[in-house]
Amino acid sequence: MKIPATFNDATSSNGVLRTLSGLFRSNIREYGMLIALIAVMVFFQFQTGGILFRPVNITNLVLQNSYVITMALGMLLIIVSGWIDLSVGSVVAVVGALASVLMVKLHVPWGLTVVVSLLVGAVIGAFQGYWVAYLKIPAFIVTLAGMLIFRGLTFVLLQGESIGPFPVGFQKISSGFIPDIFNFPGFHLTTIVIGVIFSVLLIVLDMRGRKNQQKYGFEVTPFYFFVAKNIIITAAVMGLCYLMASYKGLPNVLILLFVLIAGYAFLTSQSVIGRRIYAMGGNEKAARLSGVNTPRLLFYTFVNMGVLAALAGLIVAARLNSATPNAGDGMELDVIAACFIGGASASGGIGTVIGAVVGAFMIGVLNNGMSIVGLGIDWQKVVKGIVLLIAVLFDVYNKNKST
Amino acid sequence: MSDVILEMRNITKTFPGVKALDNVSFAVKQGEIHALVGENGAGKSTLMNVLSGVYPYGSYTGEIYFQGQECRFQNIHQSEEVGLVIIHQELALVPFLSIAENLFLGNERAKNGVIDWNEAIFKTKELLDRVGLHESPNTLITNMGVGKQQLVEIAKALAKEVKLLILDEPTASLNESDSEKLLQLLLQFKEHGISSILISHKLSEVNKVADSITIIRDGATIETLDRRKDKITEDRIIRGMVGRDLKHRFPPRDSKIGETIFEVRDWNVYHPIHEDRKVSNNVNIKVRKGEVVGLAGLMGAGRTELAMSIFGHAYGTRISGTAYRNGKEVDISTIDKAISNGIAYATEDRKAYGLVLIQEIKSNITLANLEAISDGGVINEPKELTVTREYRDKLNIKCSSIRQLALNLSGGNQQKVVLSKWLFANPEILILDEPTRGIDVGAKYEIYTIINRLASEGKGIILISSELPEILGVCDRIYVMRDGKIVGEMPASEASQEIIMTQIMTEQMTEQEVTQ
Repeated sequence: MKIPATFNDATSSNGVLRTLSGLFRSNIREYGMLIALIAVMVFFQFQTGGILFRPVNITNLVLQNSYVITMALGMLLIIVSGWIDLSVGSVVAVVGALASVLMVKLHVPWGLTVVVSLLVGAVIGAFQGYWVAYLKIPAFIVTLAGMLIFRGLTFVLLQGESIGPFPVGFQKISSGFIPDIFNFPGFHLTTIVIGVIFSVLLIVLDMRGRKNQQKYGFEVTPFYFFVAKNIIITAAVMGLCYLMASYKGLPNVLILLFVLIAGYAFLTSQSVIGRRIYAMGGNEKAARLSGVNTPRLLFYTFVNMGVLAALAGLIVAARLNSATPNAGDGMELDVIAACFIGGASASGGIGTVIGAVVGAFMIGVLNNGMSIVGLGIDWQKVVKGIVLLIAVLFDVYNKNKST
Repeated sequence: MSDVILEMRNITKTFPGVKALDNVSFAVKQGEIHALVGENGAGKSTLMNVLSGVYPYGSYTGEIYFQGQECRFQNIHQSEEVGLVIIHQELALVPFLSIAENLFLGNERAKNGVIDWNEAIFKTKELLDRVGLHESPNTLITNMGVGKQQLVEIAKALAKEVKLLILDEPTASLNESDSEKLLQLLLQFKEHGISSILISHKLSEVNKVADSITIIRDGATIETLDRRKDKITEDRIIRGMVGRDLKHRFPPRDSKIGETIFEVRDWNVYHPIHEDRKVSNNVNIKVRKGEVVGLAGLMGAGRTELAMSIFGHAYGTRISGTAYRNGKEVDISTIDKAISNGIAYATEDRKAYGLVLIQEIKSNITLANLEAISDGGVINEPKELTVTREYRDKLNIKCSSIRQLALNLSGGNQQKVVLSKWLFANPEILILDEPTRGIDVGAKYEIYTIINRLASEGKGIILISSELPEILGVCDRIYVMRDGKIVGEMPASEASQEIIMTQIMTEQMTEQEVTQ
């Protein structure tokens, strides 16, 4: 969603290469991460003997990572604001527990349960946000406390047991696929149709943006680059849709994720609220003295995180078809790591939604690939830790070079 | 040439794309105060960084001789070892450690890794005496004013047995009396044979203490003036710095002053932590249409506190008093309300409070008025770019692109970005807090021109400045502030530096007499 930096010398004879390398260098963070992700995927594709890209595995990959991505969107805003939220794993658990009690013990309809759960997530976010934004207690401490409190409440709610199963409608949130209106045997045609519509939409939007920029006399990326970029994106989208279509079609969760990612990418890059969040994270005092109500903004950033964590909690519960006391344990670390791998700065003000999503996929592919290869959970953690360090080192190195 | 303590020969230093220093030669004699002047970005700091080893030997060309020996410093530590100590503009003291701990940081009085506190404290007292600072060695840095912190830095240099002291803008954040004290100290050191290099934008103090003055412009030494031979005036120095005669330091203005557009009455503000301390005491001030009002006073007189408390209660507690805009009482209790009531405040500390340094110029300019470039909460980026380009051209912000990060701009251009931000918010009353601090003569002139233009457009401007010539050169009317009180008011036509200083000092003296 970030507009790449542009260069004037595209027309000169050896300008093409220079422009490309210039584009690459000025967007090295975004492209670098994407290339690393592709490299890791290709690596595991070979190591797993082709299992990684199998339709069923790709579908699984999406399902397994949906909650990390969901929360990474909220976490990114918190990190960009300059803070952190350690409680999200526990919030996932407590919301799942609450939903299970409501549905299984109290027989509340699942639709109402979803609404209540999201509201509870908002209240949890508001509670923590109030401590951070208005009482000025560092988020690290507040959410560390939250991590303990909500984990404890999960045990209280579940009384140490797992509760399930859930109504089928609820399970579909995570295990369902979109219906196929064409009923083509063995192939989910609707998925392909959606893919085509989506691709066309992306190209149209990109073209409009480009035209708009030209209209205002701004330099744009060279046309061949623009074409190449769109071909690659379309190929990736259609490739994914094809893989999905040859299994069971698009999972409901994936649609939900697309909507969320698009929404948050828009929020961060195009909206006034997004701009204010970045300003707040970049220099809280300057933002406040420019009329930004920073405490209120920070408060709502936490409310948002609470709602997304609750949503993730519902997805996890629906996927496992039960609420367990240990659900979401350690998940906050994957979520935070996704943001940092995706280029967010720990001191605030820097980070992109797309980066966080790529970071989340990086973690997801590593988890998935290493599991298939049969690497133990112990070594998986070591590898993930090293990847996080390398990604951040890459950032720091680039930053030093540019100044 | 035994009387030359330092000689830098043919120093050339290039950064990717720019030649920051071009064949610069520079010599300091034993026991003299040598001033280094030049506009921002002329290369003064780069030269000092080469000298002190921040840029290691090999990253530049040329030779450095210190006390006759060729030096090839790899880092600051090596330059400090031979007695070259640099004190940067931004002080490098640890706020929550004591004076004694700071003085010997990295140079601890220790035996086998165990600090001998008795010796450290004893030595600290000795050093503090030498710089004339009467504080307990156990005082925490955070509890001291900037002026005293500066003295601690100098004491720290003495602890390292300094032979050549380099001070980068040492008085930029000091008030008149602290500045004076510091300059006296330099003169005193000179008596004891310690040479100093003084980098300063304040030409009056350069002229007062320096024995020789080297002028740098665009990365090259222009000339070295010797006070023992040449007749040096401030105008003479400025001519060297800007390469032309700057006929007037202040652009001419003819004021068209209208009705009162803003007024505060009985304004009282208390300190946010020491809640019984009044930082604004029954202040009554007003600004008229097209008028530039000066707020003169020493640092700590409560000018910034007053301005920030007016700007949406951004400072202080238990604020009382009333504000009137065009004769009607207005609510300015939050920054949002103050802005929507046409008030803008450009802070004195542009890096900490004025700019989001890691963001682009354009995002900084539009931050205070995002509504104007957005539709229904969505930013219209082409509109934003158009608007910000307009301000770049109007205020002559020198940058490669408005997408450049604010971080990479010079002080003067950063200040113009802050001004652009507030102009874009379209205020009626503009409070400018030390708008020209730390920026060079040329950029200052541009800022004054902008102020004049704003006034002629009918805005009311409150100018806070510690430089009296600036107050006198730019304002129509002047308030003198001391200890949170307005102690004097006069039209600029009747004011002079002496009158203002007397107003500040007289009161201070009577009070001192009372306490004695």
